[in-house]
Amino acid sequence: MNLDSKIPAGPLAEKWTKYKSTMPIVAPNNKRKLEVIVVGSGLAGASAASSLGELGYAVKCYTFHDSPRRAHSIAAQGGINAAKNYANDGDSIYRLFYDTVKGGDYRSREANVHRLAECSVDIIDQCVAQGVPFAREYGGLLENRSFGGVQVSRTFYARGQTGQQLLIGAYQSLSRQISLGSVTMYNRHEMLDLVIVNGKARGIIVRNLLTGKIERHAAHAVVLATGGYGNVFYLSTNAMMCNATAAWKSVKKGALMANPCFTQIHPTCIPVSGEYQSKLTLMSESLRNDGRVWVPKKKEDAEAIQQRKLKGVDIKEEDRDYYLERRYPAFGNLVPRDVASRAAKVECDKGHGVSPTGLAVFLDFSAAIERYGHIEANKHGNHNPTKEEIKILGEKVVSEKYGNLFEMYEKITGDDPYKEPMKIYPAVHYTMGGLWVDYNLETNVSGLFALGECNFSDHGANRLGASALMQGLADGYFVIPYTIGTFLANEISTPKISPDLPEFIEAEKKVIDNINALLSIQGEHSVESFHRRLGKIMWNHCGMARTEAGLKEGIEMIRQLRAEYHKNVFVPGSNDEYNPELEKAIRVADFMELGEVMMLDALNRKESCGGHFREESASPEGEAMRNDAEFTYVAAWDWNNGNPEMHKEPLIFENVELKTRSYK
Amino acid sequence: MDLNLKLKIWRQKNNTTGGHFETYDVVANEHMSFLEMLDVLNEDLVNKREAPVAFEHDCREGICGTCSLTINGQPHGPNAGTTACQLHMRYFKDGETITVEPFRAGAFPVVKDLVVDRGALDRIVQAGGFVSVNAGQAQDGNAIPIEKERASQSFESAACIGCGACVAACPNGSAMLFTSAKVRHLGLLPQGEVEEEQRVQNMVAQMDHEGFGMCSNIGACEAECPKEIKLYNIAYMNRAYFKAVFTGE
Ligand SMILES: Cc1cc2nc3c(=O)[nH]c(=O)nc-3n(C[C@H](O)[C@H](O)[C@H](O)COP(=O)(O)OP(=O)(O)OC[C@H]3O[C@@H](n4cnc5c(N)ncnc54)[C@H](O)[C@@H]3O)c2cc1C
Ligand code: SF4
Ligand code: FES
Repeated sequence: MNLDSKIPAGPLAEKWTKYKSTMPIVAPNNKRKLEVIVVGSGLAGASAASSLGELGYAVKCYTFHDSPRRAHSIAAQGGINAAKNYANDGDSIYRLFYDTVKGGDYRSREANVHRLAECSVDIIDQCVAQGVPFAREYGGLLENRSFGGVQVSRTFYARGQTGQQLLIGAYQSLSRQISLGSVTMYNRHEMLDLVIVNGKARGIIVRNLLTGKIERHAAHAVVLATGGYGNVFYLSTNAMMCNATAAWKSVKKGALMANPCFTQIHPTCIPVSGEYQSKLTLMSESLRNDGRVWVPKKKEDAEAIQQRKLKGVDIKEEDRDYYLERRYPAFGNLVPRDVASRAAKVECDKGHGVSPTGLAVFLDFSAAIERYGHIEANKHGNHNPTKEEIKILGEKVVSEKYGNLFEMYEKITGDDPYKEPMKIYPAVHYTMGGLWVDYNLETNVSGLFALGECNFSDHGANRLGASALMQGLADGYFVIPYTIGTFLANEISTPKISPDLPEFIEAEKKVIDNINALLSIQGEHSVESFHRRLGKIMWNHCGMARTEAGLKEGIEMIRQLRAEYHKNVFVPGSNDEYNPELEKAIRVADFMELGEVMMLDALNRKESCGGHFREESASPEGEAMRNDAEFTYVAAWDWNNGNPEMHKEPLIFENVELKTRSYK
Repeated sequence: MDLNLKLKIWRQKNNTTGGHFETYDVVANEHMSFLEMLDVLNEDLVNKREAPVAFEHDCREGICGTCSLTINGQPHGPNAGTTACQLHMRYFKDGETITVEPFRAGAFPVVKDLVVDRGALDRIVQAGGFVSVNAGQAQDGNAIPIEKERASQSFESAACIGCGACVAACPNGSAMLFTSAKVRHLGLLPQGEVEEEQRVQNMVAQMDHEGFGMCSNIGACEAECPKEIKLYNIAYMNRAYFKAVFTGE
């Protein structure tokens, strides 16, 4: 299969502008006649649906949530990047582009990433105009902070609730289009299959989650913005309902899954505390602006802490190992996520972990509280503050910046992070892999587009912090409104697609058969118990460190688990009712197939890059080693009826020189 | 520490049938969240081939607004500024009986067990809770400076998660706190101020149309709001509403 990325010709910085002004356009009177299905109402879906509605297309938008505002994007905490250079610290579109390509360990497409950096600037303007209350300076201008993997301040934020505020902005725009009648919203409708007619994506099969009714919906084109697949690991920072079904069903209909093994393990999450745990909570990366990561230098100290005989505050300064600052002096606590996560694992594997399970490190704010306290005291003209005064003033600053995160931490753990350093450990967070798309964000299935976390396009093997929100909104507000025209311009004389075509009837029947099959197993174990087992296999065999033997074993285990699932799962209730267990059962079945392809991809990629760390490919100091000669390509997987097959899209770098990523 | 609990849970098959309380025994660990405790109960019910209790949830960290349990008579349970999903079992005592019901309000029909339909809140936003700006029409983000204090006040209102606890808490089933938070969030910003007159009238009209009750200044909404949205939002909306009605045509 020839994977044509359709990257426009010309110099990098001019590609998008030129392409935009020369691409085919659909006239307004024709737009009204063209129907577009958008699945998903997160940042990518809501921004796409509202923008396409504004342009005049007849849009139908679907979400399995009870309201578009509940999408997982709501939970993003830290911020959104943009190359505004308001901080005047040397930022530029090129620098954001360069940081993202480097941060992604040179496994993303130059042209896509450059376009993303260009759009970033407009996103902030758009959001401000919608009424997003970003953080501001005393002078009334927008405020910025820094995130990992970069040396400038380009992250815009709204306290610790940036995703919420951005999503509400997009939701409001979407609500406006709904009220104007250009978008029809289908809440509580879950896409369970893609319908392809004569080689083009023409519709979807959905389940009405309230009644269980299976419905056929048709349109001229289908846009998926259904988020990532991190929940394949069961425990992750993703919301509980996040799943891969829409994307995976499309793969089973011929779309390709690109770089599925590229998953991001986030270094700062609240550690696992027990078997009953249902999800993990992220502590935003923005905390690494001010928090210092450490473990005790002496193993005895760590053991005493594990046995609750000592506390973090009892360890003297000289007995602390600020291992990120020690190993990576240039970036210190702000190294990219993959590097920080692996470093935490190394310390814990050596026995220096600080929780009863030994799987945690400290994130400490005492130095920041002291530093801010001094600054504040000076601002107030107090040049001789007492220790207590410094602490009070410093805590106030820290609370203004991260108050809600500190509260969240205290609610979950019962510990007060102002008094005791936080305990954190890496957890699954984001998936860089996703549906393969070309420069137009179109998959290899004609008329099927993929946006946001659902596609693979911009983050290579590792995503930098605050870049997912940027990508979702760039795709939805500024890319798809143009690029969908490349497909729809050829469809202006295609009449309305009928949902009664044989392809729809057949797909509907398959969905119903599949549901009946799951319901009729009536086995012994709950869906949840299978999902937990799947998650453990994925984490142990395809997690932070991967080996050939481990992956081969993992693949066998998944295949067995899948066979057992289809013999022995118990799904209560029936199809024709509100049935969350059945919803889960369908999703977990898909995760089990996707999990296998993730492992196959990890096995194939015999190099370490970004979030993918193969133990066989490491330097003597334990740093990841890429193999550019053999693996500078996108691995795009075809499910091929259960015999997965890989296709390559070579990555060509014309502007950036491939270097060993060093943060030392 | 383990807690032996009795749960009195509202069971209702769908919105056409009536509901009733059922009692269950469950053993929870004090570190669990309230929802994880319900997971344990459901796992147990499924293993016994009984129908699990339907409840809604998603983020489990207090931001998506999906969870909607009334615990011992209080929407989101006993702790101030806390959603049901953020409530941990360490706040309950061994041997306690806990009552769990859905958010109750005339405008929120029960879907099943503890799940209600809060679509009316979306329709209030659709009536005018937005700024009319298309993608690509915006000027530079720093073109209009906004006082830090004003932006921060707007943010406080924008922090509403649309959970509907305020409605469930109100004896009149009023949606004033929710609606006013949106009106104030946008009205305080120069970008949103322009459309305020129309916005407030349309949103209030929709609120009435959906069958939400009148506000009689009881303040239960503020007390139960997990995001601590304050009553002065309602005062702000009332002012904006009267201004719009009396100065408009
Ligand atoms: C805790 C946390 C914090 C984060 N913080 C940041 C941050 O600070 N900065 C940053 O840049 N990124 C952050 N991220 C990442 C970022 O939030 C996500 O990558 C991004 O929001 C994904 O947006 P999306 O629109 O692609 O998908 P989502 O927001 O996941 O939306 C998916 C949508 O698709 C719908 N859907 C899915 N499947 C179906 C189906 N089969 N049928 C119908 N509808 C379906 C869902 O209902 C939903 O509406 C964070 C992630 C997490 C987990
Ligand atoms: S005002 Fe408070 S209680 Fe009401 S919907 Fe918003 S967050 Fe929930
Ligand atoms: S589940 Fe999201 S707020 Fe409770």
